[in-house]
Amino acid sequence: MNWPHSIVTRDDWEQAGERLRREEASLLGLWGEPGFAHMALVEPEGCVVLSCACQGNRYPSIGRVHPPAIRLERAMRDLVGLEAEGLPDPRPWLRHDGAYAFLPAEGESLHQIPVGPVHAGIIEPGHFRFTANGETVVRLEARLGYVHKGVDALLAGASLERAAMLAGRVSGDSTVAYALAFSQAVEAALALSPPPRAVWLRALAAELERLANHFGDIGAVCNDAAFAIMHARFGLLREQVLRTADACFGHRLMMDRVVPGGMRCDLSPDGKALITSLLALVRKQFPELVEIYDNTASLKDRTVDTGILSPALARQFAAGGYVGRASGRKFDARRTPGYAPYDRLHFDVPVVQAGDVNARVWIRIQEVTQSAALIEQILGQLPSGPVFEPVDSRAATGPRSGIALVEGFRGDVLAWVRIGADGQVERCHLRDPSWFQWPLLEAAIEGNIVADFPLCNKSFNCSYSGHDL
Amino acid sequence: MRRLLFKSLVQGPLTEPAPTADDAAIVELAASVNRSARKQLGRTLAIRQVDAGSCNGCELEIHALNNVFYDLERFGLRFVASPRHADVLLVTGPVTVNMREALERTYAATPDPKWVVAVGDCARNGGVFAGSPACVGGVHHVLPVDLHIPGCPPPPVALLRGLLALLESASRD
Repeated sequence: MNWPHSIVTRDDWEQAGERLRREEASLLGLWGEPGFAHMALVEPEGCVVLSCACQGNRYPSIGRVHPPAIRLERAMRDLVGLEAEGLPDPRPWLRHDGAYAFLPAEGESLHQIPVGPVHAGIIEPGHFRFTANGETVVRLEARLGYVHKGVDALLAGASLERAAMLAGRVSGDSTVAYALAFSQAVEAALALSPPPRAVWLRALAAELERLANHFGDIGAVCNDAAFAIMHARFGLLREQVLRTADACFGHRLMMDRVVPGGMRCDLSPDGKALITSLLALVRKQFPELVEIYDNTASLKDRTVDTGILSPALARQFAAGGYVGRASGRKFDARRTPGYAPYDRLHFDVPVVQAGDVNARVWIRIQEVTQSAALIEQILGQLPSGPVFEPVDSRAATGPRSGIALVEGFRGDVLAWVRIGADGQVERCHLRDPSWFQWPLLEAAIEGNIVADFPLCNKSFNCSYSGHDL
Repeated sequence: MRRLLFKSLVQGPLTEPAPTADDAAIVELAASVNRSARKQLGRTLAIRQVDAGSCNGCELEIHALNNVFYDLERFGLRFVASPRHADVLLVTGPVTVNMREALERTYAATPDPKWVVAVGDCARNGGVFAGSPACVGGVHHVLPVDLHIPGCPPPPVALLRGLLALLESASRD
């Protein structure tokens, strides 16, 4: 199913910016190509795509009235050379050449702490500039782009097969979500639907991916509060999910399994039994760990009231995933716009208002329970039949474009693709949920102590690679 | 929690037997590990991981080395927070243009003797990102690489086999 797409005038483009400012619509993505700027929105009547012709490589800035668009517009200039007229922050973003002027913080007794790009742990690179008064963070500014690999440029002109591989490597932890978003966008462009069994297997893989990542994250947050036993226990659960994924689909992270046209492989013959015993293990061990999390005062002392993100900011930035849902924003791409087979599955979308580290942990805890229930339902209803149908992407009628929004573990992943008459990808853009979460981390840490930053950062767990493209 | 701790005591370890060291890796390493270095290091290596543009898939599997099944530290291998404490740089990714300087500086901050292990297909030759103007493509373009561990991403057992080969080469008399 494709979204309505219109080519709009500069006035209409600016009107859309006004609707975003008044929060009558929320921004899903903003990207460009030579000659055109594109924007995806959730309007009250559904998801839409707007395109604005850029005469003289210029278009009216959305970031001028709607701050969440600022980094997207800075990136668009770095990648495509389109200028946003009136963009409030003209500094480069993904392109690193020359010195970078960090935003100032003024006042008595302030000092700066530069961190990164190479961090102390086994994590991705990025630079964080803290301005602190003693222990208290006055301002945090992130500088990203260190892992910019030029994905948009590599995708242009790639075959569908190669493009799917690239999509699956935009952010390795969300490889299933990305491959699914890309495949759905291609299928929307070509107006074809994959075999029913593939649709259900994709959801199975996506929920396994969500389980693995949520286990990893909950354990890591506890570890950053120096509570190592939880880290060890959740590491055990995560490893069991990955081993099950490996036995079921032939790859621990399930890379390159979801492809346009279906799945590259079927569930292994003993897959159902393996997943059933994985669920039994989770149901046995997980509640015990949740109880420990909830009843350990020294752990709760670190997570409750730490790094609060206000619901107003989460709404303004249209924050997806646990970041949004822990701050009152009930949005889940599996429901809006929604995609098969979730229309035939029962699940809740947990939401809380508190917005602190604890809330983001609790959303994950509840989503683990939901995912386990979803996997059970999927196994029960899994249709039989083929899992792949070859895709013929060539057409004499000219280029066709498609768009899809998929709920990864971190939030909604947007994929937009245009396929040329030769069947190759003409342009493709993939937008990570982190684009709208990174700026919120800067807001959430304000007024907290420096030592709580790892905890806040882990509770957001934004993707560097997915953001840097 | 007491119940969980007690259960952990009686349950016995989940840690799995060590895999054998990777033969191909031992051959690749023979040239780079000299006697004087072996004497200094003994049977322990401190590892500093550097993500030079990976998709974070390699990091997930490197992380897994610390879980109860693989328990990397039992071999005398441990991750350290600073290159100044490290013997080994474990580098992932196709080395983005934006990470090149940070990688070079990390290497310069690592004391001799030191080894560079390139982890994953991207670190070998750029992987799927090879040819991108935003990537240098392969760690060997920037640093001398002593060992490659292939895979996209390499599973923990493959990482372990490569690192054990490095440890054996470094501590052999």
